[in-house]
Amino acid sequence: METEPIFQVRNLSKVYRTGEVEVRALDDVSLDLFAGEMAVLLGPSGSGKSTFLNIIGGIDTASSGSARFRGRELCGLNERQLTRYRRDHVGFVFQFYNLIPSLTALENVALVTEIARKPMPAGDALDLVGLKARMHHFPAQLSGGEQQRVAIARAIAKQPEVLLCDEPTGALDSKTGIVVLEALATVNATTGTTTAIITHNAGIRAIANRVFTFSDGRVSPSQINAHPVAPSEVEW
Amino acid sequence: MSMLDRKLMRDLARLWAQALAVALVMACGVMTIVLAVGAARSLTETRSAFYDRYRFATVFASATRAPEALAQRIARLDGVAAVETRIVKPVILDMQGTREPASGIVVSLPDRGEAGVNRLYLRAGRLPEVARRDEAAVTESFAKAHRLSPGDGFRAVINGKRRDLTITGIVLSPEYVYAIGPGDMVPDQRRFGVMYMPRSTLAGLFDLDGAFNDVVATTERSAEIDRIVESIDRLLEPWGGAGSAHGRDEQTSHAFLDNELVQLAAMARVIPPVFLFIAAFLVNMILSRLIALEREQIGLLKAVGYSSTAIAWHYGKLVIAIALVGLAIGSAVGAWLGHGLTVLYGRFFSFPFLIFRSSTDLYVLAGLVTAGAALAGAAQAIAGAGRLPPAVAMRPAAPTRYGGVFGLSLLGRLFSQLATMALRHMLRWWRRTVLTAIGVSLSTALLVTALFSFDSIDAMIETIFFRADRQDATLTLAGEASPAAVHAISGLPGVLAAEPFRGTPAVLVSGHHEKRITVLAFDSGEDTLSRVLDPALDATELPESGIVLSERLAALMRLRPGDEAELELTARDGRIATVTVSGIAQAYVGLAAYMAPQALDRLMRDGPRISGARVLVDEARLSDLYAAIKATPSIAGVALQNLSRQKFRETIEENIAIMTTVYVALAVIITFGVIYNSARIQLSERARELASLRVLGFTRGEVGKVLMIELALIVFAAQPLGWAVGCGFSMLVVEGFASDLFTIPLVINASTFALSSLVVLAAALVAALIVRRRVDNLDLIRVLKTRE
Repeated sequence: METEPIFQVRNLSKVYRTGEVEVRALDDVSLDLFAGEMAVLLGPSGSGKSTFLNIIGGIDTASSGSARFRGRELCGLNERQLTRYRRDHVGFVFQFYNLIPSLTALENVALVTEIARKPMPAGDALDLVGLKARMHHFPAQLSGGEQQRVAIARAIAKQPEVLLCDEPTGALDSKTGIVVLEALATVNATTGTTTAIITHNAGIRAIANRVFTFSDGRVSPSQINAHPVAPSEVEW
Repeated sequence: MSMLDRKLMRDLARLWAQALAVALVMACGVMTIVLAVGAARSLTETRSAFYDRYRFATVFASATRAPEALAQRIARLDGVAAVETRIVKPVILDMQGTREPASGIVVSLPDRGEAGVNRLYLRAGRLPEVARRDEAAVTESFAKAHRLSPGDGFRAVINGKRRDLTITGIVLSPEYVYAIGPGDMVPDQRRFGVMYMPRSTLAGLFDLDGAFNDVVATTERSAEIDRIVESIDRLLEPWGGAGSAHGRDEQTSHAFLDNELVQLAAMARVIPPVFLFIAAFLVNMILSRLIALEREQIGLLKAVGYSSTAIAWHYGKLVIAIALVGLAIGSAVGAWLGHGLTVLYGRFFSFPFLIFRSSTDLYVLAGLVTAGAALAGAAQAIAGAGRLPPAVAMRPAAPTRYGGVFGLSLLGRLFSQLATMALRHMLRWWRRTVLTAIGVSLSTALLVTALFSFDSIDAMIETIFFRADRQDATLTLAGEASPAAVHAISGLPGVLAAEPFRGTPAVLVSGHHEKRITVLAFDSGEDTLSRVLDPALDATELPESGIVLSERLAALMRLRPGDEAELELTARDGRIATVTVSGIAQAYVGLAAYMAPQALDRLMRDGPRISGARVLVDEARLSDLYAAIKATPSIAGVALQNLSRQKFRETIEENIAIMTTVYVALAVIITFGVIYNSARIQLSERARELASLRVLGFTRGEVGKVLMIELALIVFAAQPLGWAVGCGFSMLVVEGFASDLFTIPLVINASTFALSSLVVLAAALVAALIVRRRVDNLDLIRVLKTRE
């Protein structure tokens, strides 16, 4: 499965300044992600994994270093170029779903398909996550797991090359979490989308091809998982 | 419809109350623009159509008796297009069924053909025939007031002779669109009329064969009016017409219409910005909050690939949608009120027709201005949304930093914790607090502006009718008479006292300033009927020499006591006398100038003469007096003080009542819009805080108080500012109203300030209570679970 790297990250650093406090969120991180793989980024909160994901997803910028997507440097792109990059290549899933409360499930997905280059029908995306029956419900009428599956449908509907998931199961109980992971695994298997999942739940590492562990803004070398298991077998 | 637009529609539906409150404030601004500019355009259009089609003169002059041959010399003046010489004289009209005599003016019509200048619009019947010496046409307003139609008869005292006349036609003239009788401050259609008779008939009655006493002319577009006026003055000087020539600007009817247009223009300039400013502020407040609430949604939209521009445009559309609602409401109401106002003008002014201008450009302009103001208000918030980096937007905003501003920690010991919370919040968001207070103060100011006119008009009526001119009637003689004539007037039935006066027309000249005035001479003192008032409004005696000018006249002429001015005596062939300004008087009507009787007699060089008398009348014998006046040919005119006052009060109060209703509605809309929105935003920002308090065991009342304390402080603090701004607005209104006809004093009673504040407080209370109900119904669990 390992082919050419889709992301090449070298010496990436990020320093935040919140008021008078300076935080080194990312400290000299280098790693590669390969096309079609399922990667899990492990680490406690504050370890820098979200910052890393945000930078390769084009919603945050690095302080120094380089992050290449298919050989194209992301650091140094201007806002317009970053918007274009996100729109064309990246799908996001967040811990708190971030659905637009005033739009139905279907409309939340359509929000993305409307501006994507080669989207799948919004209904098909919902079907893929097993939510076709509830597509006309507003977020407030859906459970947490359902909302997260809508968010996944929204992320995959544009058929992105990479799917970046930041604690997708963080706000869910184990049963619902497994359903969500299954949805992600299905997408990865059927569409071949490179998938990176951030989690602080070590059990989830079992479903990945490779696992990266973050701590204090640094990343340790990847561990290869020769036999990934199905999400239903994950020990929560 | 795109998904973002769908979100927009649902957001609007959710925010409808706040959006509508803002839209209504915008609507007020739009309405004022459409109303004032629309009515001004309709009025201007109607006036110029009437003027053009009926050849309204541009130059006017009068004389005692000028030979007809002069007409050709006037016509030959450079720039003069057409000339019409006329006989114009005051008459007394004795209308059946009307106790009091009416004043009138008789104007001659050419014996042959139609007049070349100041043509008549014939509403009904026909013009009088030359051969019939007992026929006349009358103006429509007068005919309507007395229910006259062609074929009816009436009686007039013309040059001291009573004549029975038959009405042949009902007419309107561009010269008398605004027809005002002697001694009146507003038109009274019942007591003032204009009638038209053939020139030859009038020439016989006034002994003016081959002569005229009035001339009007139209001029070419490029003509220099000032030069023509000067030339006509020179030509008429030997014939008692010195200084009488003038342009349209000094023609009463035209000048009054102009004044009305100036006021409409002022209204369109002053009021809309107030509303647009408030609307911009409200939009800013609402949108900033909305964007704060949707922070994570914005982050998400950006993360999935929507550009900053697309997101800014999304919120821009929300603002534009609100502006469009405001525009629609404002345009509809403005057009409706504008139509009503124009119809009202149609009643007040005598136009044969009304032209309604519906101006598309006006709506476009109003729309652009409104959307512009709204977007300007939204700009900061929208730009903030555009700038927000997606990764930052996805994180909750940092907690608001409160500070111990102004030693609030010390205050904390004086107030309860709840009051301290309210105060800290106010100071933390001081800019919003200040703007909210300004918004509220503007509604107080609008109310003061609407209500002060009652105070000022009352003060004006009190001054004019109960301090200065305390007589019941003023009788004007057909010509000047010896002082003994006052005995004859005293002898009229019902006359309790009579005070003679002398009046003479003159032109007051100082430097390049020049004003046509009437110099009045009479004995003034503490106990006289008619009194000259000093600037402090106390009765004063007239100095033995010199001239006393009203404040407005002195200001217009840039004259001060001790200054010398020239007085061109129109009745003395324009002889120029030098006079010293010996005092300043307060007079709200006309351009008054007073002299002691001996001083004027000396100036005129013909010994003591009188022009008429002011009389005190026994109410019970009024009918006898009226009958006697109608039967006394030597009395050429009569002004009835009580009736003038009543008519003035009626007209002004009708106008003010309409304006006040409109202003109160506007002020309530502003107050409600500002307070409601400000309370909703506060509630939204502090729902968590307030819910926490409830969980901690505070009662609904106590929690509601946190919100109420803040609003109450803002509303109370806004009042003095509102009063001050209201005084400023009122001053503008008073200045706008000031004309050569009358000026309104600026008087604002304490009760007006109190009433204005009460209305604002009431509106604020209602708005706050509506929001408080939401505090009472806070869903504690949901609010606390919501991430913010």
